[in-house]
Formats: sequence, structure tokens, C-alpha cells
Amino acid sequence: MRTWDDHHVEEIIGTLLRWGVMLAALVVLAGAAVYLAHNAFVRPDYRIFRGEPSDLRHVRGILRDTRALQGRGIIQLGLLLLIATPVARVAFSIVAFGVQRDRMYMAITLIVLATLLYSLTGS
Amino acid sequence: MNVLELTVLIWLGAFMAGFLGSLTGLGGGVVLVPLLALVFKVDLRYAIGASLVSVIATSSGAAAAYVKEGFSNIRIGMLLEIATTLGALLGAFLVTWVPTNAIAIVFGAVLVYSAWVSARTAPRTHHDQQPDPLATRLKLNGSYPSESGPVNYCVKRVPQGFALMFGAGTLSGLLGIGSGAVKVLAMDQAMRIPFKVSTTTSNFMIGVTAAASAGIYLRRGYIDPGLVMPVMLGVLAGSLLGARVLLKVPTRTLRWVFAVVIVVLGMQMIYHGVTGKV
Repeated sequence: MRTWDDHHVEEIIGTLLRWGVMLAALVVLAGAAVYLAHNAFVRPDYRIFRGEPSDLRHVRGILRDTRALQGRGIIQLGLLLLIATPVARVAFSIVAFGVQRDRMYMAITLIVLATLLYSLTGS
Repeated sequence: MNVLELTVLIWLGAFMAGFLGSLTGLGGGVVLVPLLALVFKVDLRYAIGASLVSVIATSSGAAAAYVKEGFSNIRIGMLLEIATTLGALLGAFLVTWVPTNAIAIVFGAVLVYSAWVSARTAPRTHHDQQPDPLATRLKLNGSYPSESGPVNYCVKRVPQGFALMFGAGTLSGLLGIGSGAVKVLAMDQAMRIPFKVSTTTSNFMIGVTAAASAGIYLRRGYIDPGLVMPVMLGVLAGSLLGARVLLKVPTRTLRWVFAVVIVVLGMQMIYHGVTGKV
């Protein structure tokens, strides 16, 4: 096994981020195909802010829309994967600092992760 | 305009923004919001949501290339991410309270400032080798590779850098941008981190910072899939292409042109904000 020096950790993180983004982009692309197939000639109005319907605001609703093969739901799932990518990188950093036995930075990373999870799940 | 036409046009605009942003190092996010709000007449809140999500894509997509160069410092990044993510939460909460025309004015000011910072000077090199006790305790000092072997650097004024990063996070959450200019400024000017280390570390932090406000945006209904789709795919494709041609095009003139574009967009945002058209 290679040593977990900083540069090796960064390489893993870089790969993780790239795959996360590519996966998210593919899901968004798939959603786009479904969405455009059904709505290409609809006239959208983004001038006035209405806010998204509630099923596109929560993980559960997005998953439900995805299972129903709704274009907007699938795109939103891809965006959710995209948002999750940096979160996964922070979670991985905790493991990496753990292997390096760096308790101070494990704690620092935990604070960042807690802030991110608070934002995503909310109260 | 129907959905198909709008999707194609926004994709093209986002592609150009991502391409120029990556080529010049100014980031595509700063021009996305004015592009959507001023050209496509999209409500500012939808525009900010779309831009913020796209910022995560470009930051994460570019990270792999940066890692190969070996300049970034994960400890500096992680420590400062405490400040940027908390700031981003504050910024995302502020979006709901601050009227959109005030957001437009702040946005315009940040655009003009970003252009000024980037057009001003070539990065300075400062190698002050006096270690700072706090930075040493936090294990922030590091080294980066160069042609003549690894160069060591010492980090300074951690509290000031931390405070500036909180501000950068707030702007990011409020405006839906990466606020790379403020981040680099905090690391370069306050903390005396070498330019190459600060720009690459800043790129790493941008994705995490944006993710912190994106969750709140999503739950508030600011993220419209139909709008974000072409923006995200366009910026991502543009920035990946921009990173490939990075060394083949003379960037100096391009930087100036892009900086002028940003200033013009910034002035327009301020004008629209003042006259209440946003």
C-alpha cells in the first residue's frame, strides 16, 4: 500500500471530484433528453420568481419524480449528485486525516462536514 | 421563445462564459448571473441558483488538473472552509431577506472589484521565512514544487485570512458566485500564501463553499432544473475546453478584454439595481 501523504490524498480527491462531476453531468444530460422531448415547444417564463414545486425541493420528492421518469426530476437528481460531490470529498478527507492520525484536522473537517450536512438536510 | 430555443441559447452563452472564465482564470460564474438576468431577463433568484450550482461543476471539474501540479494545500483549504461554509450559510439566508435590487448593486460592485484585482498586477512572490506561531500550530506551512526543487513557504495572519474568508463565503452564498477574487486576495495579501498555492487551494474551496449554500437554495426553490441544465452543461463544457487550450492562446489581451466585459456587466447590474429593473 502506498503511503497516505498529502499529495496522494489530493490525487484521490481530484479523481473523486472528476468522477462525481462526470456522473452528475451524465444524469443531467439524460434528464435533459426526457425534458426536451416533452417540453421543447412550451414557452417558459423565468421573469417572475415563483419558486420550484415542493417535490423538486427535497431529496424524497426528487427521487419520486426520477422513478416516474420525469425530465425535471432526473435533472434535479443530477444536480443533487453534483452538490453531493464536494460533500463526499470532505467526508473522504476525514478518513484521510484519520489514517494520518491528525486529530486536529479530523475535528476541523468534521466541523465543515457538519455545516454542509446542516445546509443540505436543514432544520 | 420556447424551451428548446432558450436551452440552446443559454447553453451557448454559458459555454462562452465557462471558456473565457477558465482561459483567463477569472472564473465563469461572475458573468453567468448578469448574462441570465440582463440578456435572458431571468429573475435574479433563479439566475443566482443556476450560477451557484454551475460553480460547483467548474470547481470540481478543474480540481483534477490542479492536483497534478501539486500546488494546493489541503490543510489551509480545510481550515478556511470552516469560515467560507459558515459565511455561505449566512449569505444563503440573506438572499431571502435582501431585496433583489440591492443584491444587484452588491453584485455589480463585486464584478467591478474582481476585474480590477485581476487586471491590476502580475502576482507578487513573497518568501518571508519567519514562521508564524499560530500557523505553525495549525500545520499550515508547506512547500510547492518548482524547477529548482521544492519551495517552502510560511503562512501569516491566520485570523485576518479567516475573517476575510467568512466574507468571501457570505458573498458566494448571496450572489451565487465562487468569489475566487476575494479568496485569492485573502490568501495572497493577508496570509502571504504564494500565488500558485492560493489560486489552486481557492479552487478546491469554491466547490465546498458553494455546496453549503446550494442545499439552502434547493429547499427554497431557487434551483430550476430546466434553467440550470443548459447553464451547468454549458459552463462545464466551456471550462474543460478552456483548460485544454490554456497554454496555446496569448491570455494577456484576452484577460483585458474579459475584464472590460466584466466591468461593463457590473456597471449594468448597478444601474439596473438602482433603477429597480431587476
